[in-house]
Amino acid sequence: MLENHAKLMQFFSSTDEIIGRKKLQKMIYILKKCEIPFEERYQFHFYGPYSEELTLRIEEMCNLGFITETREEKKNYYQYRYQMTDSGRNFLEHYENNLPPLETHIEEMNGKSSRFLELVSTMLFFEHLPKEEIAEKVFTVKSAQNYTEEEIEEAWKFIETLRSIH
Amino acid sequence: MAYRDEKLSEEKVFKDPVHRYVHVRDRVIWDLIGTSEFQRLRRIKQLGTSYLTFHGAEHSRFNHSLGVYEIVRRIIENFRDREHWNEKERLLCLSAALLHDLGHGPFSHSFEKVFKLDHEDFTQAIILGDTEVHQVLEKVEPGFPKKVADVINKTYENKLVVSLISSQIDADRMDYLQRDAYFTGVSYGHFDMERILRVMRPMEDQVVIKESGMHAVEDYIMSRYQMYWQVYFHPVTRSAEVILSKILHRAKELYETGYGFRLKPKHFLSFFAGEPSLKEYLALDEAVTLYYFQEWMEEEDPVLSDLCYRFVNRKLFKYIEFNPNSQMNEWMELYKLFSKAGLNPDYYLVVDSSSDLPYDFYRPGEEGERLPIHLLQPNQELKELSRLSDIVESISGKKRTDHKLYIPLDRLEEMSNRSKTKKRIMEILYGKE
Repeated sequence: MLENHAKLMQFFSSTDEIIGRKKLQKMIYILKKCEIPFEERYQFHFYGPYSEELTLRIEEMCNLGFITETREEKKNYYQYRYQMTDSGRNFLEHYENNLPPLETHIEEMNGKSSRFLELVSTMLFFEHLPKEEIAEKVFTVKSAQNYTEEEIEEAWKFIETLRSIH
Repeated sequence: MAYRDEKLSEEKVFKDPVHRYVHVRDRVIWDLIGTSEFQRLRRIKQLGTSYLTFHGAEHSRFNHSLGVYEIVRRIIENFRDREHWNEKERLLCLSAALLHDLGHGPFSHSFEKVFKLDHEDFTQAIILGDTEVHQVLEKVEPGFPKKVADVINKTYENKLVVSLISSQIDADRMDYLQRDAYFTGVSYGHFDMERILRVMRPMEDQVVIKESGMHAVEDYIMSRYQMYWQVYFHPVTRSAEVILSKILHRAKELYETGYGFRLKPKHFLSFFAGEPSLKEYLALDEAVTLYYFQEWMEEEDPVLSDLCYRFVNRKLFKYIEFNPNSQMNEWMELYKLFSKAGLNPDYYLVVDSSSDLPYDFYRPGEEGERLPIHLLQPNQELKELSRLSDIVESISGKKRTDHKLYIPLDRLEEMSNRSKTKKRIMEILYGKE
């Protein structure tokens, strides 16, 4: 029961907090692409890979009291902050920890901007293409973001770093 | 004349209960409708197992695909000569609208979960592979199939084109809400689509709505919200969906453990193995699936035959509200009690959650999370819908989620009243014997 929720709870238990829904979306996608077996389905959206299933599961976990969501008013938008609760920790005790340690991955990603994680996840979405085509695809589908060659290079290094953990 | 510009000598029309008529004038569209891959959609129901709850819900993905095409056709007719709209994208939009659901399989939601498949991958494979659809598209121009596939995959460079078929207020949703309401017979799914089409405006990378059209959009959002809870998320449909998933799990498990089926499930073998080829995928539709379910009712395996009997004859599981937080200990006890009672809990004790559904309702979300519905104000500025609409604000701010526990109550009732196991199960489930 709720095995996929339990996996997400393991994610939250590996960090103090996650700031931003966009960041959360991209982090789970990038972890999936690092062979961490999250089951949420992703599709390509305006801002890169996005999972409606993940959004719904997060809502369920908030309603069940496993995580807290704090809405913060920013200049022109809202931002959300997520933290695990004691109920969440109790819930997780009923499940075997079947994911590898995620602390280092999360720390690395938390240190990056959501714009950068959008780039990384977009590149991973097109990973089946040859490397030079991936850059071209990013410039096409993310033209409004104005990513530079340097950022793409940095993103490749970041992907390599993440995949070399463990 | 180039194939892409060819028109039929006379306009063809499909009589449609939702849009009255679906109009086809382009030769390419007509040829696409005639392909075997598109005709196959007649054998895939739009609402999967909902027909077991709403007996009218027998409409197919074929109906819906034509409907989405017709809505896009009307939208781009309104866009003609407007800034940001490129008429050269017309055929691409129409083709993508028509073909957007091409990769759906039988009861696709459960199939995809159990066999870990994604219908979007098959949509791409049909459009780009060795198929009749591909041949038609390739005749338009080399590379045209890839463009259509990219629009459906939402990775096409022109985001405006993508947003017509896939966004928070797109032709896909506008068709299925109205069509599903019509065929289920409920009164919730109706909204003034004509008004919405009139106030839609093309922008550089998205479709927006003129602020004066806000009330029509509010109606659409309300309809989406109500259809979600009243139709898509109906607990009885979820019961049928639970049983369907369990049938597929059981058949796969039996196959993996070397069980000798009376009728060799040859259409399923590649699904069990996890890698159906395109040809094998296309060969399995709902008629074939239901044939196997009928046959499997005679199987020796009591779980498979019972589940198939339940699905075919609508002997569904009953449900109770369930809170996985406060009732975790009860669930663990029930799991043991069900085993003791001879009911395999992996098949007869199932928690189903709202996140298991492939539908959603409108949420404005966070900056950069997901593109919301934008209203175009008289000063040409864009504002997110819920910032201007109190109705939408109040709906989208609420997080309503739901978990239910599904059980075969009939099997429990058959047990002797003297059974302590039964007493305890009933006590946990209903607070009484």
